[in-house]
Amino acid sequence: MSVGIISKVHPVRSHSNAAQGGINAALNPGDSWESHAFDTIKGSDYLGDQDAVEIMTREAPEEILHLEHLGVTFHRNEEGKLGTRAFGGASAARTYYVADITGQAIMHVLYEQLMKYSEQIARYEEWFCSSLAIDENGECCGVVTRNVADGRMELFQAKSVILCTGGNGMVWKPSTNALICTGDGIAMAYRAGAKLMDMEMIQYHPTTLAGKGFLITEGARGEGAHLLNAKGERFMEKYAPNKMELASRDVVSRAEQTEINEGRGFPDGTVALDITVVPKKRVHEALREIVLVGRDFAGVDITREPIHIKPGNHYTMGGVKTDVDGRTDIPGLYSAGETACVSVHGGNRLGANSLLDTLIFGKRSGRDAAARAKRIDYSRASKQVLEDEENLVADIIGREKGSGRRISEIKLELGQTMDAKVAVFRDEAGITEALETVRRLKEEAKTAYIDDHGSVFNQDLIAAIELGYMLDNAECTCVAALERKESRGAQYRTDFPERNDTDWLKHIDLERTDDGPEISYSEVTITQWEPQERTY
Amino acid sequence: MADYTIKVRRFQPESDEGPYWEEFNVDLDPSLSVLDGLLQAKDRDDGSLAVRCSCRAAICGSCGMKINGQSGLGCKTQIGEAQEQADKMKAATGVSAAAADSPIRGEGADAGSAGNPIVIEPMGNMPVIKDLITDMESTHWTKIRRVTPWLLPHGEPPEREYIVEPESMIDITQSMACIQCGACVSSCLSMEADPGFIGPAALAKAYRFVGDPRDAETHERLHDLADDPHGIYDCTHCFSCIDACPKGVAPMDQIMRLRRKAGEEGIEDPNSGHDHEIAFVKIIEKKGTLDESLLLQESFAPGVKGKLKPSKRAIREMLGSIPTAIRGIKTGKMRSLHKLIPGVHPKLPDQDDVKAIYAHAEEHNEEFNLYIKGEEGELAEDDVEKGIERSTAPAGQEADK
Repeated sequence: MSVGIISKVHPVRSHSNAAQGGINAALNPGDSWESHAFDTIKGSDYLGDQDAVEIMTREAPEEILHLEHLGVTFHRNEEGKLGTRAFGGASAARTYYVADITGQAIMHVLYEQLMKYSEQIARYEEWFCSSLAIDENGECCGVVTRNVADGRMELFQAKSVILCTGGNGMVWKPSTNALICTGDGIAMAYRAGAKLMDMEMIQYHPTTLAGKGFLITEGARGEGAHLLNAKGERFMEKYAPNKMELASRDVVSRAEQTEINEGRGFPDGTVALDITVVPKKRVHEALREIVLVGRDFAGVDITREPIHIKPGNHYTMGGVKTDVDGRTDIPGLYSAGETACVSVHGGNRLGANSLLDTLIFGKRSGRDAAARAKRIDYSRASKQVLEDEENLVADIIGREKGSGRRISEIKLELGQTMDAKVAVFRDEAGITEALETVRRLKEEAKTAYIDDHGSVFNQDLIAAIELGYMLDNAECTCVAALERKESRGAQYRTDFPERNDTDWLKHIDLERTDDGPEISYSEVTITQWEPQERTY
Repeated sequence: MADYTIKVRRFQPESDEGPYWEEFNVDLDPSLSVLDGLLQAKDRDDGSLAVRCSCRAAICGSCGMKINGQSGLGCKTQIGEAQEQADKMKAATGVSAAAADSPIRGEGADAGSAGNPIVIEPMGNMPVIKDLITDMESTHWTKIRRVTPWLLPHGEPPEREYIVEPESMIDITQSMACIQCGACVSSCLSMEADPGFIGPAALAKAYRFVGDPRDAETHERLHDLADDPHGIYDCTHCFSCIDACPKGVAPMDQIMRLRRKAGEEGIEDPNSGHDHEIAFVKIIEKKGTLDESLLLQESFAPGVKGKLKPSKRAIREMLGSIPTAIRGIKTGKMRSLHKLIPGVHPKLPDQDDVKAIYAHAEEHNEEFNLYIKGEEGELAEDDVEKGIERSTAPAGQEADK
């Protein structure tokens, strides 16, 4: 078996780094996978597929222990055993963590393992994927790549391809996401004919720094921090009297946005997160990164004063539609993590479930992809796909300066439009406007020019290709958000403010056609948890 | 919003030109970062300006660079502060940061008529590929792989988690906090002199395993790092990496901890650093101040036994120190000559405070660690008995000074 990992940045630069707060598992005595599953399903506003949630929550404890054995430096309790912290939307403290660098710690330990097994696993670090190769039987047989360092384009033949390219946060501005989160895998799969699902479900995280979009971990609220409006009121009392600040993220973000919209926020369009109520020693031990973020990026000492925050784009619940083994509609093509939509998160992801989703379904995809690779022979990928990509690159590089708009201008307009129209509160007029803008930008992107005409680290060219990915993602989100005429999870339609299980307890699937995404529906899998009213 | 001039050391490998300086005018809020400035220049003026970046929040480690000669992260350095620093450097030296550090002739000296430009260069100790992009693979990552950077436990893992001291996990989380940005490598003076030096990042990574109670190869790791002439004793204790590190990892502290652990394992320190440290501690315990007449002999030939039966090495080192001592006297570095006579150096009158410090240190027998103590040791303030003054240096450094 030959395995290669292709990454457009060095793997440790990947965005899983930014998962600060932790990873959920029902591992404590007294906790149960059923409880974890119920919280996840309730958090998803009943749009999560319960068979998938069941698998994820059942396999979670084993995964935590596996990571611990590999060397992740998880926090310990006084007995030296794994310790937990509280997190939003959870009925028990079941979040395992490494200070507030959990994602970073896990990813670096996994990279240690890649170095350990470097003879078995080839790494293509700083190779960019620009399209998938599909054979005449409609099966995925490889990827077209560009070596960023020298511009060489190559077709990698593969029996199985797993897309784990993260989410599409760059479609919104601001976003907590890294600059690399441009929805590459989602767009490549979509273009190759795979179905996307739940694309309207975009999470706005309740605590991001205004303007810059930096993330303040939910762990802060897990440790006891309060949310205050400009009048100093702990406003969550009105919206979620039981869970208060630890209600689901969509609930907290809407509460904040309501306070801000109704004039109870600060003049900079924010509310305050008060971490001063958390003991100082605990802040330094468990929220160290947030101390630095506050100091370096907001000029605020969070141990002494509240910090201004607002809801900000954070996570893509939707993505490439897969089954519980990561299989997409295209044989040989798999997807996992934020790129994929199994769906375990449905309408709203719980904090500390994203690393878990990635790890569990990443592993399951890997297993199934390996089994397939053992079972089948190589299918010869047509060189045509490589030539097409080379022609596309030549076209972009050949555009005259001044012949169209700059890539950066189009990105900015896209990001601002999406943040204004397809965010915490949505309505038909706004989404329609956004969709029209996106379609105009798609046309403009065809003539957008770049400055760099070289081969070595041509980041300008990559940005142009990424812009195409972002626009496809944006179009799909607008179409799905327009289609779902109800409010569920992260999709809140002011023109349809109620959840409507009769008509909309279903997934919206999208498939590419020349005229844009074609809509179809699929059932939500319900096992033992019937949908009920959702309060916190 | 404010106007800034950023002056970037550029290199376009596909052109025939060598490296050159280029200035960009950018317009942004002072609280935004140097990286934001670079991205604005890239977006507006020249898309070919190459810089690795991703998270913009000092967590991905992509944007290591030199700003006004100082290694760090572009995203973590506020552009307003970088401007102040550039102005300060100009005021102090009369030359701009560019000219002072410039290996390229020409433009540097006459730069900055309106305000001094913020000078941005690729990281040091690494080959440059294009503009601010360096080849980290051939330097940084090769060195990381040198330290066997994965956990080596013995036997089958337990059914559940390894049970370990809670503090031990917090302790190594300081080196876990490393994001592999390479800023410390860029700033390392030892590596400038000896490119083979394993270096601050890789050695900090090594401590992450040496300090991990789950790892079963502590002894082998320490011997490996001590026996390598480019290993833990190749660090010159210059603090550059501590200044450069954007994550508080304090790589030099991790190296010093490796040395101490090596000393505890009975590994001979070619610099006699471990014995020197013990000599320091003992002399001050006894006298309250440092008696330099004793320092040399105690470092090389400790105790009565050491003096009755000095090792060959001790004799060699002592004799070898004589020229240094003479130079010290000649240049005025050693001034109280009479104090070099053993026994002349006085004891401090009141030893109680000194004893209290030693008692406190022994009672709290733990490493000063940023993650346990908080920045500047402020969390430990309550623990410290009255009358004992604490330095305000970052906690991690304290134990090593």
